[in-house]
This record gives sequence, structure tokens and C-alpha cells, in this order.
Amino acid sequence: MGDDFIWMAGGPQGSGVDSSANIFARACCYGGLHVYGKREYSSNIKGLHSYFHIRVSRKEIGALHDHVDMLCTFDAESVVRHAWEVVPGGGIICDTDMLGTKISGIPSLSSSFFEEFNKTLDKKGIHPRTVGDLLSEVKKNNVRIYALPYLEILKEVGKEIGEEQLSRITRIINVITLGVSFGIVNYEQKYAEKAIKMIFGKKPDIISTNLVALNKGYDYARNNFKGAGFELQTVETNEERIFLQGTQAVALGKLAGGCRIQTYYPITPAGDESEYLEEKQILEPEGKGPAGAIIVIQTEDEIAAITMATGAALTGVRAATSTSGPGFSLMAEGLGWAGMNEVPVVVNYYQRSAPSTGLPTRHGQDDLRFAIHASHGEFPRIVLCSGDIEECFYDAAQAFNYAERYQTPVIHLIDKALANSNKSYKTFDPGRVRIDRGQLLTEADISGTYQRFKFTDSGISPRLPIGTPGVIFWYTGNEHTESGQKTEEPMMRTRMVAKRMKKLETSDHEIPVEERVNFFGDEDAPVTIVSWGSPKGAILEAMDMLRRDGRKINFLQVRIPHPLPKDYIEKVLNRATKKIAVEGNYSGQLAGIIREKTGIPMDYFILKWNGRPMSADEIYEALLLIMQDKAQTRQVLTGGS
Amino acid sequence: MALKPADYRSNAFNDWCPGCGNFGILASLQMALAELELQPSRVAVFSGIGCHGKTPHFMNAYGVHTLHGRVLPFATGAKLANPELEVIVHGGDGDGLGIGAGHFVNTGRRNVDMTYIIHDNGVYGLTKGQASPTLKLGVKTKALPKPNINEGVNPLTLALVTGYTFVARSYCYDVGHLKETIKKAIKHEGMALVVVQQWCPTYNDVNTKGWYNGEDRIDPVTGKPVPRLYRLEETGYDGIVRNPEETIPKTLAALARAYEWGDRIPIGVFYQNELVSTYQERISQTVADYPGYPPAKQVITDEHGKPVTGIRKLLDELKVTG
Repeated sequence: MGDDFIWMAGGPQGSGVDSSANIFARACCYGGLHVYGKREYSSNIKGLHSYFHIRVSRKEIGALHDHVDMLCTFDAESVVRHAWEVVPGGGIICDTDMLGTKISGIPSLSSSFFEEFNKTLDKKGIHPRTVGDLLSEVKKNNVRIYALPYLEILKEVGKEIGEEQLSRITRIINVITLGVSFGIVNYEQKYAEKAIKMIFGKKPDIISTNLVALNKGYDYARNNFKGAGFELQTVETNEERIFLQGTQAVALGKLAGGCRIQTYYPITPAGDESEYLEEKQILEPEGKGPAGAIIVIQTEDEIAAITMATGAALTGVRAATSTSGPGFSLMAEGLGWAGMNEVPVVVNYYQRSAPSTGLPTRHGQDDLRFAIHASHGEFPRIVLCSGDIEECFYDAAQAFNYAERYQTPVIHLIDKALANSNKSYKTFDPGRVRIDRGQLLTEADISGTYQRFKFTDSGISPRLPIGTPGVIFWYTGNEHTESGQKTEEPMMRTRMVAKRMKKLETSDHEIPVEERVNFFGDEDAPVTIVSWGSPKGAILEAMDMLRRDGRKINFLQVRIPHPLPKDYIEKVLNRATKKIAVEGNYSGQLAGIIREKTGIPMDYFILKWNGRPMSADEIYEALLLIMQDKAQTRQVLTGGS
Repeated sequence: MALKPADYRSNAFNDWCPGCGNFGILASLQMALAELELQPSRVAVFSGIGCHGKTPHFMNAYGVHTLHGRVLPFATGAKLANPELEVIVHGGDGDGLGIGAGHFVNTGRRNVDMTYIIHDNGVYGLTKGQASPTLKLGVKTKALPKPNINEGVNPLTLALVTGYTFVARSYCYDVGHLKETIKKAIKHEGMALVVVQQWCPTYNDVNTKGWYNGEDRIDPVTGKPVPRLYRLEETGYDGIVRNPEETIPKTLAALARAYEWGDRIPIGVFYQNELVSTYQERISQTVADYPGYPPAKQVITDEHGKPVTGIRKLLDELKVTG
């Protein structure tokens, strides 16, 4: 602890969990620490439980552990739910008024929660009645309890800012406890002050109220608590860093990549991306000339979202839509039309726990096969999976290059864990983004007859926007001729299907393997992990932990599962004696695809589908069991609250 | 050189049934475009699925034959990306008012500057004559085993309450009237709906050409049929909103006329209101250079493939150190 510290804020939605976590995270960033944060929330506006993990470290981090070092609670439920996650030596900040609360009387705790909770208590042989009883038990575990009278401190804040009606400032408790947190670990107060000023921007009243609350909390902790036994220290750094969440990274990548039409229907967790794009729609030029603006259109449903983006793309503009699983289900027919008509359209697809509404605000990786197969019939598409927030940025831009080069839909698979995680990064390099518009022609390129779907060796026909003067062609969801007139002739059908599918082969042949996979670790390690998407960060950390144990392991991260770089994957897997799939779904979808394409089965599966992202600890433990030959073929992870 | 209707004709073989009302719609559109002197490559004709859906294939203009019910969002995307396109949307009654009803309503709310022509014959022709959403309750057309059990939706009244700023009806066999109505719709600044009453000679044996002509209603004095269709403008009706105070009274007057059916069916312009901002104007309020530099015209890369969009300021907003 000290070098690596996990702080958690928990409370009912609407109580300021997000803003306190945001302030905490930024304050740590300002002090030169690396930060990784993860937001968990319910499908609810106000009242249900939410929490935010913030892990800070002296080195770069991309995942969480299972434990919490400091738990900062705004209500009794947060204590009950998370108290056991706090490690020996850690601490819990709570309200003295909560101590008498009867656990069984907390109305928002469900019977299925109590089923599991009571099992834990039975195992420990304890039966606490109140929150205070529970904390006394936890205390025996060498956890420090920092109980303080929230209301009394709130009154002091009210007095200082001249606010008599305390109900107006109840929400400020989040910043009081934030001050307490920093006071306990003796972190330099100026960084939290800077964070408050940044977050509340141009609202001087709110800033000053928050500063008073912060300082009251800080001073209370310094005067009344002994401290955590360690101090959270700042680190000197000259590195230029940014702190952002996945949806922002995707939006930035799209802007740099030239996306100029974005359509969307509101859905969790994709909506933040479109809102950010709309807010930043007027673009700054890089160099001379205007940069223009992105038009963001909220549609009546996801069917309209994809068809509107597709209609826009026919005019030559880079167009995209952004959604989650339920929305993508509706998009299936539109996707097929875009495939049939060879339209470059991009879908940024944020997976969450499915099927149906599933766990609408929780993580999942259940939709890889759906992304690859959605819509009737056969047509090429490219599926691109980001493994972390930085990849989200570069991939979001690159998706348009693939779409335009191969004139086909590209599905950029992201997930809730990436969408709603925050991380500090060395700032992204927009200079690395390249735009390749493929065979996009203009009026000047045309002499003689032009046919939109002209047969070529690569399957790719030079493309003109509709509206180009002096030319006419047609688009249709029916099978069509080279000029786009509908046809039912068997020979034309045979050739046109083959033409379109040829583009998948062309892309498979052309896209370099470095863009399609990442490989980590020692080539000659006997154990190979295969995964995709957001488990990347936790896997890399688990590998570090294993390496410290002297165990060798490598990791193949598949970034483009379709078309699958099968020769490369075959080569890697053939070197391994133990092949392990790590995926956030029930069936091991990528493993199934690899087996289909290469014939190589996985030996082990580490799977998780409880709506929570994988932690480094869980993966480490599961891998360890496998390496010790103690594991079953399938290990199901269940961590997270 | 002046444009002729034939300049908008493609070489594709036309496979509509003999006598189909679609021929009149196609001819009227080609005449209207020629008279408005719109170059074929400036025009994009969109359609959904059904018999009407083949219209773009028969046109020498950019043709986009989309999905069942989804034509409006496709067309909206193209128009908003490139407002210079003259976008003509064709839809069927089943296509636009059954499976596509959600898009029908929401397209009105946006008021994009486009023309939407609904081919309304009361049946799903291409799937062999099932009842379409506009077929009236209790009517039994040829292919129906039982009389229609659903009430018919009225596209005109629906359009009037969902934001369409030009609402008109015409008739497929009155090519002169239809051509003029389409011209007015194209010239209208905003979302224009033209519902075309048509006959399906194969499957609608109730609302036939003879029925519209009133051949079942012979005037005892003249011995001639009394047509069911009448022209709104010949009754002194004026649906144009010229100041904001007229919006509600003229909408109500238009609704009253739009409800007429049976013995007297009005055709013409029920309602027109150019005082309402178009979607393009609404975008321009936040994106000032949208009309001059719309998405489809924007340059996004320099000659070396480097983006012209600067995101450094946005990255700076996210900056925490350095």
C-alpha cells in the first residue's frame, strides 16, 4: 500500500459517487500518480447502489484488484456490501449515524443479496445485527474504522457558507468524505482543490462550497484520526498525461478519423459517446483550411440510426452510429443492406450483459459471434475489437479506413468495461492517425461509362458519391448488376456474391498481422492465453504477477477476429502446450471461432458473465491453478459486487 | 438544352402490371423534374420495398432502392450529408404506414427539405394482395379471405399532426394534377408529403379506377358518372399558412378536409407552412457553415493522409499533467 492504492466510493445513485470519484482520481493524476477507475451503477436514476473504484499507482495500470484499501461510504448499504472487500491495514469511512442501522432493515438490499451475504456470515460464524456490529467484526481483521458525524460536519459547512437549510447541501457529504480520505493518507490538499476547480469550472459558488467541505473533512481527519499507517505520496513527472473514459477516446478517434455524420438512439453505455461528439461538434482545423463540423442526429430508433448513417455514407461522407446490443439487434437489416450495397459504414458497438435487456448497465462480452454474423445472408464485414482505452482511440479512426478501403460495414466492438472506465495515459498522438479513403473517386476521375459495382480482381469497385455530376447509377438491396440495376439472373447472382465475398479475402490478405493481433510475453512460453477486448489489462497484470513467481506465459490478443488472422494464430497456438481462452462470456466465443478456422481447440477456459469485469487477481488465480495442473477445463469467475 | 421527361427514363424493363397506377406516378415525376429543369445527377430517388420500390430503377437519376419501411431515414441521411441533392422519396402504403410508421412520424418532426410520395392503393400488391394499413375497416378486396378487421390509417391526418409542412393528395390517373402537385412539393422548403390515390388493377377490386370516377353513381339528369374526387382549389380552399396565427386554424381546416372519404374525396394541397424551420436551418443555428460546407463536401485529410481535424484542444481539456 502507498505505492498502489485502491479507493472506493459507494452510495445511492444521485449522492455524488461519480463526482467524488472524479475529484479523487484527478487529484491523484495531478500529483503525478497513474490512475485507473471503474464505475458500476444500476439501471436506475436515483436511490439504488452505485460505486466507483479508483486505483492509483506509481506505475501505469490497466486493471483492478479484488480488494479495496479505503472504502468511503455515503450510506449503510455501501458498508454492508463492501466491508469485506477491505484488506487488513485498510480503512472504512462511515457516518456515526449509520452504526445503529439494522442490516436487515436496509430496504434496497434484495433477498438474493442476503442469500449470499448470510452464507458469508455463516462461514465466518458471525451474526451482526447492525452496521456497527458488522464493522466491529471487520475491525478484528485489522481494518480501521473511521466513523465520523457527517451531519455535524455538514452543519459546520453550512455555517461557514451561510446556508441554514442543510437539505440544500446534503450532497456535499461526498466531498467532506473525500477530504477525510485525503486527510487520512495525508495527500497534498492543493491537488484536490485543483480538481474541484476544474470539475466545477465556471461555477464559483459551487467551487467555494466544495472547497469548504473538502477542507472541513480534511481537517477533521487530521485532527481526529491517527492516519492510515502510510501516506499517499505524489510523484514528479514531466510526462503529458490525459485522463479520460472509453467513450471519449472513441469519440476523439472518430473526429480525427474524419467522421462527419453520427447517428444514435439513446442507450447505455453508448450514449456518452454521442453526447460528447455533439458537445464538441464544431471542429478545429489542423493546419490550413476549415475542419468543418460533425452533425450528430438522435434518431427514433436504431433502425433509423444505421439506415440514416448508411444513406449519408452514399454521399461520400464518413458516417457512423454507436450502440449497444439491443440496438445492434435492431440494426441487423440495415447492416445487411450496407453489406449488399458495399457501403462503408461504421458501428461502434458497446457490449453489455445480454441477452435481451440483460444487465443494462453492466459489463459483458457476449456479442462477438453476433457482430460477426448479424443479418441474413453472406456478406463481408470487418470486426475490430479494442482491448483498452488507448486502442479505442486509434481503432475508432482506423475503422473508417477499413470501411472505405473494403467498402463494407465495420463493427468496432467495445464493451461497458471500456466505456465507463477511466484511465490516465500519456497523451494520445493524433499524428499517428492516418486517413485512407480507399478507391473513392471524384467527377474528375471519370471518363466513359461508370459502373458502381464493376467486377474487379480484388472485388473492390471504385466508388463515387451519389450526386456526382454527369453520372448515374443505382443502389438496391436486391441482387444487382454492375450498374446497380436489380437482377435475378443466376450467373450475375453467382458472380456478384463472389465479388463481394472476395473483398473479405482481399482484406485478409492486405491487413497486416500487426494490426490484427497483439502478442505479449515470451514466445517460447509453454502457456498461451488467447483473449479479446477489455480483459487485456487484467491479463497483462496477472502475467506480471506470474512472472514474479517465475512462471512463463504469453498472451495473444486478437484485435480483428473477422477476418481471423488464422495462419498467425495457428503458429502461436502450435507452440503452446496449454492454450487458455479468457473471455467475458459463457461459451468462449472467440475460442469457438478459432477452432472453426484452425481446428485447434483450447485446453482451458477462464470465463465470466456476472456483469462485472475481470480483475487481475481472479485471472492470476485461475491461471495459477491451470499451471499447477489443478484446474478444471472451465473456470468461471464470479468476483465483483 | 431543355430537359425532357424522357431524359429521366432508364433503360430498365418496366414490369408493373398493365394498368398499374404507378405508371402515372412515374410519368408525372419525370414531367415535373423536366419542367423544374433539375439535372438527373442532382436528383436522388429513394424507395422502400413493394411495387413502388422499383420506381428508382425506371428513373434516369441516382436511384436508391432501400429496405421495407426504412426509406425515410436512408433518404434523410443522404439529404443531411449533402443538402444539394434533390431528394425524392417513394413509399408504399404498407411500407410507409405499417412497418415504417415510426419513421413516418419522426420524419415529420424533423422537417427535412425532401419530397415524400406515398403510392396508396390499399393493398400489399407484391405479396399478393393482403390488406395494407390504409384499407378501410370492413372492406374486402379480392385476395382477402375475410373483410379487413383493422381500421385504416389516414396518412394525411397523421402527417398534419406530426410536423409535415406540406400535405397534399393527388390521383395517379390525373397526371396533370399530380405533376403540378409534385412540383409544388419539390419547391416547398420543408418535408412535403404527396399521397397518391391509385388503383391496384390486380388486387384492389373495390377502389378501382371506375370507383374513383364514380361509375357506380350515374347522375340521373346528365346520365354521366359523378366522380368521387374533387379539387380543393376549385372550392376556394386555401391551405397555405402565411402568418403564425394561421397555423392552428389552417391545420384544423386541413384535418376536416382530410377526413373526407367515400362520396367526396378531396385532392390538392391541404396544408402548407414554410414558416416552420427546416432541419437544415435548425442545424445551421449551431453549425453556421453547414449550408456552405456540409458533411459530404468536407475535406477530412491532406494529400499525405493526415487528418485535417485538430483534436489537440480536446486532448488539452483532458490533460492532467505536463
